[in-house]
Amino acid sequence: MMDIAKIKQQEKRQRLFDKIKPFGYLAPFAIGVTIFTLYPIVNVFMIAFQENYNYITKTYDSIGFDNFAYIFSDPYFIQALQNTFMYVLIVIPISLCLSILIAYLLNQKVKFKGVYQTAYFLPMVTSTLAVGLAWKFMFNYRSGVINYLLNLIGIESINWLQVTTYNFPALCIYGIWSILPFTIILLLSGLQNIDPLYYTAARVDGANEKTIFFRITLPLLKPTIFLVLIINTISVFKVFNELFPLFNGPGVSNNMFTVVYYIFYQFRVRMPGEYGYAAAAAVVLFFIIFIFTMIQKYIEKKAKE
Amino acid sequence: MKITLSHITKQFAQTTAVSDFTAEIESGHLIALLGPSGCGKSTMLNMISGILPVTSGQILFDDNDVTDLSANRRGVGLVFQNYALYPHMTVMQNICFPLELQKVAKAERMERAMAMAKLVHVEELIDRKPSQLSGGQQQRVAIARALVKNPNVLLLDEPLSNLDARLRIEMREEIRRIQQETKITTIFVTHDQEEAMSISDKIVLMKLGVLQQMDVPQNLYDSPANCFVADFLGNPPINKTTGVVKDGGIQLDNGPLVHDDRFTNLKDGQRVTLSIRAEAATVTNENGNVDCVVDTTYIMGKESLAYVKLGDQRIRIYIPADHEFGEGSTLHLKLGKRGVFVFDETSGDRLI
Ligand SMILES: Nc1ncnc2c1ncn2[C@@H]1O[C@H](COP(=O)(O)OP(=O)(O)OP(=O)(O)O)[C@@H](O)[C@H]1O
Ligand SMILES: [Mg+2]
Repeated sequence: MMDIAKIKQQEKRQRLFDKIKPFGYLAPFAIGVTIFTLYPIVNVFMIAFQENYNYITKTYDSIGFDNFAYIFSDPYFIQALQNTFMYVLIVIPISLCLSILIAYLLNQKVKFKGVYQTAYFLPMVTSTLAVGLAWKFMFNYRSGVINYLLNLIGIESINWLQVTTYNFPALCIYGIWSILPFTIILLLSGLQNIDPLYYTAARVDGANEKTIFFRITLPLLKPTIFLVLIINTISVFKVFNELFPLFNGPGVSNNMFTVVYYIFYQFRVRMPGEYGYAAAAAVVLFFIIFIFTMIQKYIEKKAKE
Repeated sequence: MKITLSHITKQFAQTTAVSDFTAEIESGHLIALLGPSGCGKSTMLNMISGILPVTSGQILFDDNDVTDLSANRRGVGLVFQNYALYPHMTVMQNICFPLELQKVAKAERMERAMAMAKLVHVEELIDRKPSQLSGGQQQRVAIARALVKNPNVLLLDEPLSNLDARLRIEMREEIRRIQQETKITTIFVTHDQEEAMSISDKIVLMKLGVLQQMDVPQNLYDSPANCFVADFLGNPPINKTTGVVKDGGIQLDNGPLVHDDRFTNLKDGQRVTLSIRAEAATVTNENGNVDCVVDTTYIMGKESLAYVKLGDQRIRIYIPADHEFGEGSTLHLKLGKRGVFVFDETSGDRLI
């Protein structure tokens, strides 16, 4: 009898231990996330509402919407919003269509598969800056390969990087190119999850390749497409890095502000740094991305029904 | 639609999946394509449907050579092993899809699809997605989708293998009913001999890509062309013993001599396989064909299944349950007219 009581107690202790154990494993990660992600986020939200925040003394005058009022009256911020939205609206659909097409072709039994694979992994494995510089050369007015190709088809050379009107298209081309590989890989894995039997079944019933693509492949790929859309929208809204190799900053005449660049500009380029404005812009960006993601989630849910 | 297969061969890189297959399938028949796993059943079916090209040979539908026609121009309805219903379409859309591809007008499409849904008893389920259906229901929808375009031939590749035992029996009767209502020439792949026996007009039995025998189920059972056919059909499996022909009987290896009038024409000294169906051997009081010793018995209702020994070789027979045969007692066995076969031991060819 004694033994049973003892075993029961042991078991109880064991069960308690089992319950606690997972938290032990989680702890290092959770602590890291708290310190380096959660705390800064909370901090940014707080700073955004603190008026006349002083970074050195960590003091502020009052709580309110001053920072937001300022940035929304700042032409650079308005320009940053416009540029960013345009950029998203252009880069997302074009990169999606291109990557669906490329992934589809890759998924066929193509020859030179190895060559293709290297080609579409390239942007992923090379450093953004190195690749950006390569693009800078490709965009070069006199000796760039892009103008060379344009000349071949009878279009005059375009001064992509030095003339303000062409800065934005150049950024979009580079942005689309750099987002392709990741998108293609996701879509390719989605395509490979489609049972080829569906294609056979449709073919036996007389469907041609086009019908199969639009009636079978695309609908079955929809979940992956939504996943890609959400991931890409979030990353494309944060366009920033791309500005440096191409323009060394926000374009030739401060015409290429993006929201993230605006944040960077407020706390890093301006002297002294305006942390309040930067934080307010970050909060605005957060809500934009949040709303877009929610809309996409909503559409995805609707589409499922 | 009559199907004529003449000298069909299919060669994959290393393997010959089907070799010199010749058969004629009568219009309106339900044929079971039977054989062990890997014997080339699916390959044969896919060549008939046009999914796979033949390496050599000819396929005729009635008198038309369809060998080089692509699958969609042969007018075949195909049911896949895992049904391959399009997961993003409802049952109705699935059934309509083949008609849509034929550009049938919407009203007619709906009407014909509905008629099919009724035929296979899924008319209540037309707004559901395949994931919301049971295996048996998916199966019916797959059949409806295959039938809706009025195909010349219906081809089913192991359509029941994903179902549980009870549903299999139910669904095979459904398939039989639908086939008889539509009178469509149907080929049905299975590796289950009982399934093949119970629903088909004729069974085509294959082994390693070679046609072994094509006949009505009872004939396959009663007069197998070779040792493989005899082995493949029947439950419990046929008893196989080996021996050598001697003095108008068969001298079993390490066992007794089996006498039978039928054996007198066999060539002395030839090595043979003597196959006896369990129900072909009966216990008798008179002089039988051979004596055996009871090993173990299992009572199964009105009869017992008994393992008896012919020397070193064990066979299964049925004995009346009211008889008390202890272990080790000797019985006289009489071999019946049906269910006793002699095959050449090496070639497996039927001798008797
Ligand atoms: N695409 C292929 N390439 C090479 N060999 C193949 C191919 N398809 C089938 N085979 C081979 O052909 C033979 C017959 O295959 P098949 O699929 O027709 O068998 P099956 O009778 O349908 O078997 P199961 O009952 O397991 O479905 C097998 O040995 C198989 O390995
Ligand atoms: Mg098969």
